[in-house]
Amino acid sequence: MTTLAVAEDETNEIHAARLNHLQALEAESISILREAVAEFARPVMLYSIGKDSSVMLRLAQKAFYPGKIPFPLLHVDTSYKFPEMIKFRDEYTHEIGAKLIVHRNEAAIAAGASPYKLGTQNCCGLLKTRSLLDALEEGGFDAAFGGARRDEEKSRAKERVYSFRDGAGQWDPKNQRPELWSLYNSRLRKGESIRVFPLSNWTELDVWLYLYAEKIPIVPLYFAQARPIVMRGGAMTLVHEGMDLMAGEKVKQIKVRMRSLGCAPCTGAMRSDADTLPKIIEELITFRRSERENRAIDHDEEGSMEVKKREGYF
Amino acid sequence: MEIGFEVPGSRFEVLEETEDGRTFEEFLEGHLGQEMLRFTTAGSVDDGKSTLIGRLLHDTKSVYEDQLAAVKKSRVNRAANGHVDFSLLTDGLKVEREQGITIDVAYRYFSTARRKFIIADTPGHEQYTRNMATGASTADVAIILIDAKAFAKAGRLLPQSRRHTYIASLLGIPHVVAAVNKMDLVDYSEESFAEIRREFDALCAQLGLADEVTIPVSALEGDNVVAASARMPWYTGPTLLEYLETVPLALAETSGPMRFPVQLVLRPDANFRGFAGQVARGTLRAGDRVMALPSRRESTVRRIVTYDGDLAAAAYPQSVTVELEDEIDLSRGEMLVEANVDADALPDVSNRFRAMVVWMHEEPLAVGRTYIAKHTTRTVRATVRRIDYRVEVNSLDHLNSDSIAMNEIAEVEFETSLPLFFDSYGACRWTGSLILIDALSNATVGAAMIVGPVADTAPAAEMLPGSTRRPALILLPGRAKLAERVRDALGARGERAVVIDDALIPDSAVDAVVRALELAGVIAVSSRRLAKDVVAAIEGFAPGAVRVEEDADDEAILNRLTGQL
Repeated sequence: MTTLAVAEDETNEIHAARLNHLQALEAESISILREAVAEFARPVMLYSIGKDSSVMLRLAQKAFYPGKIPFPLLHVDTSYKFPEMIKFRDEYTHEIGAKLIVHRNEAAIAAGASPYKLGTQNCCGLLKTRSLLDALEEGGFDAAFGGARRDEEKSRAKERVYSFRDGAGQWDPKNQRPELWSLYNSRLRKGESIRVFPLSNWTELDVWLYLYAEKIPIVPLYFAQARPIVMRGGAMTLVHEGMDLMAGEKVKQIKVRMRSLGCAPCTGAMRSDADTLPKIIEELITFRRSERENRAIDHDEEGSMEVKKREGYF
Repeated sequence: MEIGFEVPGSRFEVLEETEDGRTFEEFLEGHLGQEMLRFTTAGSVDDGKSTLIGRLLHDTKSVYEDQLAAVKKSRVNRAANGHVDFSLLTDGLKVEREQGITIDVAYRYFSTARRKFIIADTPGHEQYTRNMATGASTADVAIILIDAKAFAKAGRLLPQSRRHTYIASLLGIPHVVAAVNKMDLVDYSEESFAEIRREFDALCAQLGLADEVTIPVSALEGDNVVAASARMPWYTGPTLLEYLETVPLALAETSGPMRFPVQLVLRPDANFRGFAGQVARGTLRAGDRVMALPSRRESTVRRIVTYDGDLAAAAYPQSVTVELEDEIDLSRGEMLVEANVDADALPDVSNRFRAMVVWMHEEPLAVGRTYIAKHTTRTVRATVRRIDYRVEVNSLDHLNSDSIAMNEIAEVEFETSLPLFFDSYGACRWTGSLILIDALSNATVGAAMIVGPVADTAPAAEMLPGSTRRPALILLPGRAKLAERVRDALGARGERAVVIDDALIPDSAVDAVVRALELAGVIAVSSRRLAKDVVAAIEGFAPGAVRVEEDADDEAILNRLTGQL
């Protein structure tokens, strides 16, 4: 990706060709990763196993090459992740030699927290937000890289690259630092932390194009395949282990793929024939609905993502 | 309103072309090779800026159906006559939507067949100069919204339009476009537009903005935003999108002498020592003779290392890792530049400079205050020596001032604790800019664009121990009484000083105590005999600020200290 065309003109002056947008985004993200590693005492990367995490991980490999990634990866496991995700996580992080920390809110899981019992808001609150904040505190991490992008959702459009969190891990939209040029303010008092978003300026299309250009492995659930599906709450839900079928629900084999990966009960599938990256990209360009549409948590209430963010979900 | 009509230049039309014979892989290659353009939008609350951006996103098919459906069913709709309220597409946070104004910089993304665009959508409300400066800092193009109806009413450009144009010039945006909006409310009149254009041209000439255009639009009706307007046949220039797709991107940073601020030293094993960073200007080539600043030691670039293989050359803004032929002293916060060049191709190396400051905090900037300054990858302390003048942004007049309030702009002279290696902001954005941070609250309080060094700059050597720099710690080993006299003598000169010989402070904590006092502007005085590593720790955050006085003559010490402060 970073290979740069260099052309010689008549005056024998060598001019570098201007970077294309993926090269420019890559250069910016690598710089953000390096800057945070230089300035924070204990950085960690939030690794969600999704496509954005895969891109972020590759950028981290590039940023510190020929060295290894100088921070651990943290996966907050809700116990509701698809088995394919866990398998991919373990194999891929092992292959690239990254250090992986898996954190689960065991107390809440043992108490039977589930989106069916608690509703998605409360379930996410316990198994994701609470669990994440606990893990960050236990690890003493002062900076956490996240794969969030500003184009994902309206409440993220104003997010900073360095997103400041108070001592309780919470985000206050009125108390964020202005960010100019590529000069990031990393100064913290004890207990405060910063979420660093190296993919801030990437769009969903950029992520897919980069996965394709870089041949980066992703979880097979992103590719279309015939899978067992039930209709639940208007969404196509993939039938998974430990799932109880409700009265009247019928399992059908449908060719589907996941556009974004969350917890199995709350991630809807979409009908698709796209079983390769170019096909996914082609589908994305013609498709007219946003990627988080199939995620139950975002639209249980108008502005729900913003509420979650204030609480510490990223 | 009809949704989903075809618009020339949208990326969906490209897809249709692929059906006519181009393979999808060819199309993909086209997308991989796109140019990226960052632009910012400035307009006041009622100029229709959110509507313009909503229109741009909608007409380039960058809005998803579910997002549009959510806007249509929203409880709020400020657009009249059954129009879709496009401003809802971009007014993000709940609080803002309720107040009807955007309060912070928001970033939006869209692409067409020609370019990928990043919009920094900045509110133009009176008190939000800082937001516009933030959005403008990375922009290639600034769109200034001018309300044609308000202009007709006032008979001249409103103060905010003048302010927005000034900020665009101050932040060094290479291209400025005035979008004259609400043409539908002035009957699409050519005369109205011509009058605005005359005034805007005159303003740009005054500000030295060379590359500017003026486009008549109606964001509400869609005229000249993406599609050309049939209602303004007298206008033959580009639509706003055509302009954004075709304006040549500035090459200022890709040419010019090379600058490579070091972010990080990578040392994965004993055989490799690489300097990681992003090229801030120009081109770095393998085999180049380079010089390290501030040591001025020279070496040759052995390799330009990346994960994807070594490069022959790396240019702005690539992130790479540089390996040198020689083991020279170089670390984060220092810089590689070309060796064997004329002096004027080197950055200024100085601890005193003038800069234009945009102040961003409730507590004003004041003469004598010290802030933390982050410049490239280097963090130093910067003291305000004087305020040359404040700019009254509506009239552009220069006024005298001894402080700068939030959203005000001034030229300020700074002195830093360590020299910086800089260019003027006009010559290089990345090596000419810095942010100012409050040392106690850690808030980012200001942005500064360097004008140039102060002529009578003290050489860097004077920053070494024993210099005239204001001390953070004065050490008088074994002389407790003298420490008290020094404290009192400093106090008599209006300095704040304390003796830190208290037995409850162990030597191991002295560095932290000195640090806290220094941040509060207080000089520490002590008769301790400190170990070298403690002194080194203090020198680490306050280089040159530890004074050790061992002269046998008390009076000589007192005279020297009080005379020099």
